[in-house]
Amino acid sequence: MSEQAQPFTIEQFYKQILQGKLMGGKCKKCGKIHLPPRPLCDNCFSKEFEWIELPQKGKLLTYTVIHVAPTQFQGMAPYAVGIVQLENGLKIPGMIRGVAPEQIKIGMQLTIDFGTCTATQPWPQWPRYHFKPV
Amino acid sequence: MVAKEKSDLKGKPLVSIVSAGLSKFGKLEGFYAREIFAEAAKEAFDRCPNLDPKKDIKALFVGHMGESYEHQGHTGATMADWAGLLHIPATRTEAACASSAAALISGIYAVLSGLCDVVMVGGVEKMTHRTTPEVTEYLAMASDYPFEQWHGITFPGLFALMATAHMHKYGTTEQHLAMVAVKNHYHGSLNPKAHMQKEITLENALSSRVIAWPLKLYDCSLITDGGSCVILTKPELAKKFTDMPVHIIGSGQASDTIGMYEREGFTSLIAAKLAAKKAYEMADVKPEEMDMAEVHDCFTIAEIIAYEDLGFCKPGEGGRLVESGDTKLGRRIPVNTSGGLKAKGHPVGATGTAQAYEIYLQLTGQANRRQVKDAEIALTHNVGGSGATAAVHIYRRG
Repeated sequence: MSEQAQPFTIEQFYKQILQGKLMGGKCKKCGKIHLPPRPLCDNCFSKEFEWIELPQKGKLLTYTVIHVAPTQFQGMAPYAVGIVQLENGLKIPGMIRGVAPEQIKIGMQLTIDFGTCTATQPWPQWPRYHFKPV
Repeated sequence: MVAKEKSDLKGKPLVSIVSAGLSKFGKLEGFYAREIFAEAAKEAFDRCPNLDPKKDIKALFVGHMGESYEHQGHTGATMADWAGLLHIPATRTEAACASSAAALISGIYAVLSGLCDVVMVGGVEKMTHRTTPEVTEYLAMASDYPFEQWHGITFPGLFALMATAHMHKYGTTEQHLAMVAVKNHYHGSLNPKAHMQKEITLENALSSRVIAWPLKLYDCSLITDGGSCVILTKPELAKKFTDMPVHIIGSGQASDTIGMYEREGFTSLIAAKLAAKKAYEMADVKPEEMDMAEVHDCFTIAEIIAYEDLGFCKPGEGGRLVESGDTKLGRRIPVNTSGGLKAKGHPVGATGTAQAYEIYLQLTGQANRRQVKDAEIALTHNVGGSGATAAVHIYRRG
């Protein structure tokens, strides 16, 4: 499927994660970049977008270490999650791996890792990217 | 802070509260939500002998967050039925933990529109029969699914992200967080309907097990069963029902992104600030005029952020405000005299109108051991999810 034919949806975002790409939707009218992509620009109400590859590196804005997890994550606890600001300013949350929780610091440089992404399961199950130190 | 101006009461009443009811909060084993709501409704009816519920109440709005707890949706009609109010129109409102503030606002719309002279608004949740992992999963449904829940971020996790950011930016400490818990447990010890009526020490709080660092067990509100309601009417009809009405003089609600990660910052809630601004403007009052407040302390950090968003102190000074003791009963602005979500408990759908119930008791001088002396103006602050919904109401003694 050509990129033009892909709707600007969360499902398409995750399909591209599966291919090792972090993609946003750029509004053709006002230029706002959406992460995740949206079918309707919340800034100018345009429905015209183009895909844009986003930086895979960024800095950690905040984090926590989850000890009490929902049922499906219980086997992984404790695990760290944080919010990363990419080099272009957009923000994205995810797990932080490859570093001991006590060594995680706000402001540290992280990069996205697609390594653990597995095949897409039926909707709404997605491949899970994570972040690791640069 | 500017000194309080006690004498000059401003603000036109939007609606009047003429009665209120609250079930016992706690682990109400063997009771369905509908039975718990009926207990709250019964108290509201008994408090107001001049009210003929079947004749006078024209509509019910009831906040309820989750069908998953009891495998039961369609809450509006269910609660109307079990409160003995068939066949009035009955509607469920859902805005996560702000579900019954949404009910309150719906009730204000109904009365102010002129369509209904008297309405009941309330909320209910039955949670304690579920395991902690199940409740954790159900509560997380109030956050973004594809980017937050899917990546293992829990509800305590979202507020922990705010706590880490607040600590980093302003120097707020884990001790500050614990002080909120100690204060609210003290207030809860004075409330016979609170889930937890036991005082705790700073050491208890700091040494409790980690839920989502830096939040520990005592930083989290309780998984609780409970129901709450208030009866609203037009201000000009209030005296027909009671000599002691409480007027709502300001009402504000605002929304924000469902995904917390999309917001500009993580140390304040824009929706709460906008809702507060609207409510203060409508009531024509200032933060420093509040005699007390019930704020959404779903986690201790949320109360500290609430102080700042509501203008009780400057941004970043919330930790120092709790440390000063000024938000304790008997001090400058008592916050969460009911015990708050922290000690009274947080049956999510019931919380918004449970806050209104506490204000009703306080402004009518019925709060007994936890009475705020001469309370005339007060505020409630109810937050849904990680802040995608916020509602602020301002009340004045009638």
